[in-house]
Amino acid sequence: MLELEARAEPSRLMSCLSPLLAVALMLAGGLLVFSALGKDPGEGFRVFFLNPIKDLYGISELLLKATPLMLCAIGLAIGFRANIWNIGAEGQFMLGAVAATGIALHFDASDGALLLPAMVVAGALGGAAWAAIPALLRTRFNANEILVSLMLVYVAQLFVSWLVFGPWMDPDGFNFPQTRMFGDAALLPALLDGTRLHLGFALAITVLVAGHAFMNRSHAGFRMRVAGQAPDAARYAGFSAARTVWTGLLLGGAAAGLAGMAEVAGPMGQLTDKVGSGYGFAAIIVAFVGRLNAFGIFLASLLMALLYIGGEQAQQYLNLPSSISMVFQGMLLFFLLGADVLINYRLRLRRRAG
Amino acid sequence: MSDRTPPPAASGAPPRLQLEGIGKVYPGVVANEGIDLAVRPGEIRAILGENGAGKSTLMKIIYGVTRPSAGRILWEGQAVQVENPAHARSLGIGMVFQHFSLFETLSVAENVALALPGRPALDELSRRIAEVSERYGLPVDPRRRIHALSVGERQRVEIIRCLLQHPRLLILDEPTSVLTPQAVRKLFGTLRQLSAEGCSILYISHKLDEIQALCHTATVLRGGRVSGECIPARETAQSMASLMIGRALPHCEHTAARADGELRLRLAGLSHASDDPFGTDLQDIHLDLHAGEVVGIAGVSGNGQQALLRAISGEDTLAEKFPVQICGVEAGRLGPAQRRRLGLCFVPEERLGRGVVPDLSLADNALLTAAYSQAMVAAGFLRAGRAHRFARRCIEAFGVKCGGSGALAGSLSGGNLQKFIIGREILQAPKVFVCAQPTWGVDVGAAAFIRQSIIDLRDRGCAVLVVSEEVDELFEICDRIAVIAKGRLSPARPAAGATVEEIGVWMSGMWPGAEPATHVEAANA
Amino acid sequence: MDADLFTSMLFATVVAGTPLIITALGLLVSEKAGVLNLGAEGMMAMGAVAAFAATHHSGAPLLGVLAGMGAGMAMALLFGVLTLTLMANQVAAGLALAIFGVGLAAFVGKPYEAIALQAVPPIRIPFIADLPLVGEALYNQQALVYFSWALFWAVLWFLHRSRAGLVLRAVGESPASAHAIGYPVIRIRYLAVLFGGAMAGIGGAFLSVFYTPMWAEGMVAGRGWIALALVVFATWRPLRVVVGAYLFGGVMITQLFIQGSGLQIDFPSQLLSSLPYWATIVVLVAISRNAGAIRLNSPMSLGKPYRPDA
Repeated sequence: MLELEARAEPSRLMSCLSPLLAVALMLAGGLLVFSALGKDPGEGFRVFFLNPIKDLYGISELLLKATPLMLCAIGLAIGFRANIWNIGAEGQFMLGAVAATGIALHFDASDGALLLPAMVVAGALGGAAWAAIPALLRTRFNANEILVSLMLVYVAQLFVSWLVFGPWMDPDGFNFPQTRMFGDAALLPALLDGTRLHLGFALAITVLVAGHAFMNRSHAGFRMRVAGQAPDAARYAGFSAARTVWTGLLLGGAAAGLAGMAEVAGPMGQLTDKVGSGYGFAAIIVAFVGRLNAFGIFLASLLMALLYIGGEQAQQYLNLPSSISMVFQGMLLFFLLGADVLINYRLRLRRRAG
Repeated sequence: MSDRTPPPAASGAPPRLQLEGIGKVYPGVVANEGIDLAVRPGEIRAILGENGAGKSTLMKIIYGVTRPSAGRILWEGQAVQVENPAHARSLGIGMVFQHFSLFETLSVAENVALALPGRPALDELSRRIAEVSERYGLPVDPRRRIHALSVGERQRVEIIRCLLQHPRLLILDEPTSVLTPQAVRKLFGTLRQLSAEGCSILYISHKLDEIQALCHTATVLRGGRVSGECIPARETAQSMASLMIGRALPHCEHTAARADGELRLRLAGLSHASDDPFGTDLQDIHLDLHAGEVVGIAGVSGNGQQALLRAISGEDTLAEKFPVQICGVEAGRLGPAQRRRLGLCFVPEERLGRGVVPDLSLADNALLTAAYSQAMVAAGFLRAGRAHRFARRCIEAFGVKCGGSGALAGSLSGGNLQKFIIGREILQAPKVFVCAQPTWGVDVGAAAFIRQSIIDLRDRGCAVLVVSEEVDELFEICDRIAVIAKGRLSPARPAAGATVEEIGVWMSGMWPGAEPATHVEAANA
Repeated sequence: MDADLFTSMLFATVVAGTPLIITALGLLVSEKAGVLNLGAEGMMAMGAVAAFAATHHSGAPLLGVLAGMGAGMAMALLFGVLTLTLMANQVAAGLALAIFGVGLAAFVGKPYEAIALQAVPPIRIPFIADLPLVGEALYNQQALVYFSWALFWAVLWFLHRSRAGLVLRAVGESPASAHAIGYPVIRIRYLAVLFGGAMAGIGGAFLSVFYTPMWAEGMVAGRGWIALALVVFATWRPLRVVVGAYLFGGVMITQLFIQGSGLQIDFPSQLLSSLPYWATIVVLVAISRNAGAIRLNSPMSLGKPYRPDA
């Protein structure tokens, strides 16, 4: 029978290979799902994974979809490395969107060049402020940040819904739960003509690079890593545990808030009650599949974006619910977590004696 | 210690336990190879060997915790395969673990019940516990929870748990490391009584004097193999040591301390309530530590050593400033990094996960404590080159065997890792050096090197504080010795002129001027 | 407050607290064995959709409950394989299970949206249901409400009176010691995790078959997470789980009653609806301040992977 045998040292090779293995297993699982649903697996594969990227416009849509994912995920990764489990990025995303929308609506008449930068700052601050609640409660009262940040997602959703049904509802919007469309000065300019890809993508890449430098080159990033891997060692070295919590949550919240800002000032152009479309949760998967490092997160966000768009395609062409993409995303993370066992263990075929 | 019973006469009966060619291979490590061993009924046999010689692995094999990769086990003449500990117990094998296998939040009776077959009623069981503890002089209250017991009492629970199953072979793994010398003598009395009743005993230890006092026979392990057998009564400590490590015991050079050093560390009435519900509170601790001397703190583990060290290192900060004074600065409210800047360096008891991060390189681990003193950070960014250079200096100066400054800390052996940590702290030229368990789990060669390094550091004018459970070690390197018991610290007295016996009495909290002990343990110890 | 209003609020509170009790008691048992399964939300969602589908096709709510239980256990098994056999990080695997379960439930539940089930009639306990004020509220209830009470007694007895419960607590406190004296740690943890999954599945089934006899994406609405918070709030004690669950139920019901009462209060309904979530946070803060109590009561090996060396 198959047995696991501990390796003397963790395998660096497997650490890189296991995400690839997970992707391969997910694809295989996907083919099984398609055939189980009575669809032709080849056709399913084509619609799901190839259709979305068959032309330049498709690729621009992929990058557009990946933008909020990579923003949220790099922020989460900083916290996850320090064992700060912020799983409320979805709520921080929404609050960032709300803050940016507030600026955009308030300075509606303005067409100043400062409007967008102000929205960027407001978005980051909005997300960070929402993340400050679990940070404060964790450092001050030792309350578990997983549960608090998650509860705040529901609160944020209800808050957004109150805004767009109430004070911020577009008076000319036929009672739809949405704000007015933003003015041009409050919209992120397109990067490529004829596509929806906007400046937010460049912003996300910048944040990725900054996140990489922070995690791997800065002393603060080093302290976060130690805090995550060995809390006692961090305490022995004299790294402040409270500062770790604050840094992890505030940076995660700010990045998610930025993503929310880029969403309302980008493809949506207004705030609606559907602003949170699960990016904050999907980003958790992106962060893990990307191995909590910037380049990995870039690749993983592309993959996850592909799964999102593939789901939409599957709905359109295969008559499957678009939530099939969540099934794929979940499979991906499960396979990754499973494949990771090979980093510390090897498989060995052994006959059981006696 | 001369009341040793004679070894039982050889008879025609088969040995109680016989091992033939036992081997055990872990990935990358051969823990045991070709081990032969026999124990007769009523025999007390020592398994002697230094850290890493394979003693514990061998005992786990006998007790069914792990399976051997080679060889066979004969129990009373019959070949058996010990499937698991429950099977071992049903055969009549009992084991007292070095790190106890007790459950902190459960009561004594519940702990015992977990190891017994069937479903004994707790009341009935409590009665049986009282019976056994009476008979063998092992007092313990069956209703108390483990976390409220002293280490010595916990060991009694472990032993009682074994005795309730009427074992015919009892294995004890380093049982005396948690006991005062007086408690050790009581334990030996119990073991001799068991031996006289026909129970065989395997006694694992690296302490030569204890083995000579207790054991009829000894099997010596080195590098996972049997390096010899002997009758301890007929050997000298030196001859057994050379069987154990292949050469004579190393000894370190220790000259008298300079008496004129300035005051470097003062504990002025340090009290601190532990934030661990099972921890020990510190009560009014006073100590003066001067440049150029080594002061040792002896004591049975669990008497507040952890809390004291955390309070000194800054891992626990205090409410007041004055109780900890480092080089004249009141430092009670400073964190570890700030205290380090005052010249304090600290080696903690746990290496992996506290002293170093296992999954980081040695260079990164150098950053842990030496970032400031060695200027490894500039403008918030790391200077990796300097970290590597400093790590290489530690490796060279302290003879750390490893794959270079990029090697993961977790890949080093215990001794090499400890040499790296001590090197990292000593090379920062501390004014005050605090070291917990300097040689715990370290091989004899590395231990001697570490002790010598500590004495050399003292000779360079550093003030050194060593906390250790090995009294012999403290006598070897310290100029003065104090004892910690139940969160209180005795006065420090010159090591020259003190005896192990005397320190042993202090370890139960009874030093001149101490408040009368109130705890059962003190009365029994 | 008049008597009828009191009775109907008490009735609704008990109903709202029931899925929390069932789920949280299951989680409590698995946490007592040292396994932290954050995937409760996913297990409940799958339990809800499976129970709904089975009831819809068979017409038998009992089959629905069994299907919900089975779905919860299947999810828990997945979690067990990852964390117990493959030693994945329990937090990461739990998050994965939560995200995956909610997604999978949405996917398989798509055909069942906008279908209503027939309401299941309550079971009236003779005589005591006639008690004034509380009789109608407590003893004319759904079968699963009575089940939740039985479950409470069973868990209490199991943990503190039975030998198996003693072994389970021992495993949760120190798996290494439990292994050393010969208990099959991994097998015991599997059983505990499966029990947690089964209860979360039943909790989900209660939502979709009894509470609001319909299926809608997102209908679990954070109850899995609230159940996890309840276990912390209760400091791993079953009685406090029950008390806490009814408190939460009370908060949920009060805000619904205020919204539905037509009282002319000037407070937006969305913000009222966020009350239970704020209440969870407040309660977590209140209990977590006392770090000592948490540490004293939480299973010591909670969330830490363990693998016996062979």
